[in-house]
Amino acid sequence: MEQVTTLEHTEDVYEPSLTPDSLGKLGMWIFLIGDTMSFGALLAVYAALRAGAGVVGWVPPTEILGINLTAGMTFLLICSSVTMVKALEGIQNGNVSRMCTFLGLTILGGIIFLGLQAYEWTHLIKHGLTLTGIPDHGLSGEAISGSNLFGPTFYAITGFHGLHVTGGVIYLIVILIHGLRGRYTAEFNHEVEIVGLYWHFVDLIWIMVFTFIYLL
Amino acid sequence: MAQNGEHKHPRYWFIFIWLAVLTAIEVGVAIPDYSTVIKAILLIGLACGKAFLVAAYFMHLKLEKRTLSVIVITPFLICVFLVIMLMPDLTTDVRHNAIEKPVEKVQETTPH
Repeated sequence: MEQVTTLEHTEDVYEPSLTPDSLGKLGMWIFLIGDTMSFGALLAVYAALRAGAGVVGWVPPTEILGINLTAGMTFLLICSSVTMVKALEGIQNGNVSRMCTFLGLTILGGIIFLGLQAYEWTHLIKHGLTLTGIPDHGLSGEAISGSNLFGPTFYAITGFHGLHVTGGVIYLIVILIHGLRGRYTAEFNHEVEIVGLYWHFVDLIWIMVFTFIYLL
Repeated sequence: MAQNGEHKHPRYWFIFIWLAVLTAIEVGVAIPDYSTVIKAILLIGLACGKAFLVAAYFMHLKLEKRTLSVIVITPFLICVFLVIMLMPDLTTDVRHNAIEKPVEKVQETTPH
């Protein structure tokens, strides 16, 4: 008896042990932390190359990229984040159809985002932003040679993010199929919360990419 | 971990409106032409504010244990440290020299 009471006592002092719910959530957080480092490295390299090219050697990205479209894309991702939390809220209240509706809306937001990014990329490629060159805006030769690195870094970072959105859409579709089959209830829904973590992270990264690549 | 029934949901629409307003402010800050340093500080500040809103409320960090917040903030600090460590490379301008040197040599040899 004494042993049992001491065990209970220690469990009170320390944090509760990992449950399948919190283990999955912790796993996703660890993955996201690793992903933060990947994006952090990409953005740091972008900053290094841009600073190395100097003020003259780097065309301000605002002159090449369309801010209005990407501001719309940012808004779209924020909207899809809201529908994601609404889906989780729905299933936590035991409302399966509400969860499925909002998951569907989140997937739709992700697909529209990818469509807009594809449109943006084709538009930019047509106007001369390629892996080796930038659009001609009547700039000096030096500026153009320095900004050659804008194309590859831009496509690497937005492409890496786009891949994350693609993965997120597939992940959400899998969860939606599970949800439609009645897997989730008010008691069992941590998988919906975990896909939400991933999706909000993709939104968070886009906020950073939008600021550092498009606006600065 | 709190049971589902005990979850206190933040007011998501309120957060959503904040995020939308901050995005609009960001665009408003970015378009006019003025000091790059002030612009950078404003934009990075706004971006961090938005990131905080998403992480704290949408990703429920506010409802989790504080240990998790500490774990999550660490990589962001390491990323800032990464940029600081890259600073010597940012100022030496290696790439620029590598491109300019061959051109200078050609110009030197032609007059002789």
